Amino acid sequence: MNAFYGLFIVCALALAALVGVGGGGMTGLFAVAIPYAAVAIFVVGFALKVMCWAKSPVPFRIPTTGGQQKSLDWIPYARYDNPVNSRDTVVRMILEVLTFRSLFRNTTAVLGKTPDGKPQVGYFSEKWLWLAAILFHYSFLLIVIRHMRFFTEPVPLPIQWLDWADSILQIYSPTLYQTNLLFLAGLGWLLARRLLYPQIRYISNAADYFALFLIIGIALSGIYMRYVAKVDIVSIKQFTMSLVMFSPVVPKEIAPSFFVHLFLVCVLLAYFPFSKLMHLGGVFLSPTRNLPNDSRIHHHENPWNPKIKPHSYEAYEDDFREAMVEAGLPVVKQLEEEA
Amino acid sequence: MYDGSKILAGLIVFLALVTFPFWNNFGAKEWKQPELKLPPKEVATQCIESKEYMREQHMKILDDWRDQVVREGKRIYIAKRDHKEYQMSLQNTCMKCHDDKEKFCDKCHTTASVSPYCWDCHIAPKAKGN
Ligand code: HEM
Repeated sequence: MNAFYGLFIVCALALAALVGVGGGGMTGLFAVAIPYAAVAIFVVGFALKVMCWAKSPVPFRIPTTGGQQKSLDWIPYARYDNPVNSRDTVVRMILEVLTFRSLFRNTTAVLGKTPDGKPQVGYFSEKWLWLAAILFHYSFLLIVIRHMRFFTEPVPLPIQWLDWADSILQIYSPTLYQTNLLFLAGLGWLLARRLLYPQIRYISNAADYFALFLIIGIALSGIYMRYVAKVDIVSIKQFTMSLVMFSPVVPKEIAPSFFVHLFLVCVLLAYFPFSKLMHLGGVFLSPTRNLPNDSRIHHHENPWNPKIKPHSYEAYEDDFREAMVEAGLPVVKQLEEEA
Repeated sequence: MYDGSKILAGLIVFLALVTFPFWNNFGAKEWKQPELKLPPKEVATQCIESKEYMREQHMKILDDWRDQVVREGKRIYIAKRDHKEYQMSLQNTCMKCHDDKEKFCDKCHTTASVSPYCWDCHIAPKAKGN
């Protein structure tokens, strides 16, 4: 059911753009007002969210990470899984962000049988999620970088090279981008696993499906424009350039399908800061990834503890000796000795 | 705030990256579509299809022509607009009029950052200055 909510909302959004632009006469709204608003919400929302996270207290290191902890000198320790200094922690972060190392450790629970027929739970390594995530994220990144051809003049050489490399198979005209196929393959699996596995379906919310369908919608509308309908790219570039130069013009040659693509992107931008997609910023603030495991090397003080002066037992007894004797509690120094 | 300066620095770098399209064009007022050198009136007065159709679909037409000619031996294209017949040929039909690749084809291809592989095999004619 949750999947249908997600699908329904994305279809409704696409339809709204199609009707709004293609006949509704609201091109100004969809082409100008909404894109500026979406970028503003994304930038401000992202910054506020990160600053809000930055303000939350980080009391001490969380050492529950994989790998042998550093202890005695003759026991080799896992330098990058369980780092004790900043340098190795930076390496762990880079590996995490670029290669999704934690996800690579993903396991799946399987209900099997022991040799004598009793049911037994087993845990197996499960790499498909990691593979789909890598395909999806890197394709997304490359597609967004390639899209910079709509916002630059002259188009910088690295972007031209990327365009050339991504269409190197020289299939069809306009040439097929490999990232388009890999993007859909990655997204397809991320969606399929939520639908196919009962355990994952059980924990999937409408928001999980919405994010997936929204990005699938963006991908399909882009692919439709490029390979099926064909749009007037140079007119679109005139529009995109005018948008980033803050003097928007909307050439009438632009087909409505473009505004469906654009509107879904705007929804993604505006939705981003409030959604689980903020893991883009959140991964950098993960305490189990970005803090070295040095709680046995350095003394960490809980930063919001009140300053408490040391109060020895002797001083305590000096303060309360009479009351203690009266209550029959044993004291080290007797009342007479004190006098 | 703990490690506030590092977080702030990271945030600023991120926001600088995502606003690239805006600051990269800072100060520019307008971007004009490239000006194409069209064949003079005595060479041709109209293309095989309408201008709008050609702008959107020319790559598809060429791809279809390639398949029709090479795989099916069909060489005649009948225009959708006026049912005129044309020979399906990049070199002998398109580039007979649009003979200056640099002043016509490349203009949009460069700004759209596309590098069609047509000319991996076909050689663009020497511009006659049409
Ligand atoms: C989240 C951001 C976006 C994603 C994931 C995305 C995805 C895609 C994909 C997968 C394609 C298919 C062809 C290709 O890969 O180049 C495409 C095409 C296209 N996109 Fe986007 N897009 C995004 C943002 C935008 C924006 C902001 C614009 C313009 C304002 C835009 C304009 C276009 C156009 C004009 C095409 C057609 C390209 C062609 O026919 O060659 N896209 N998009």
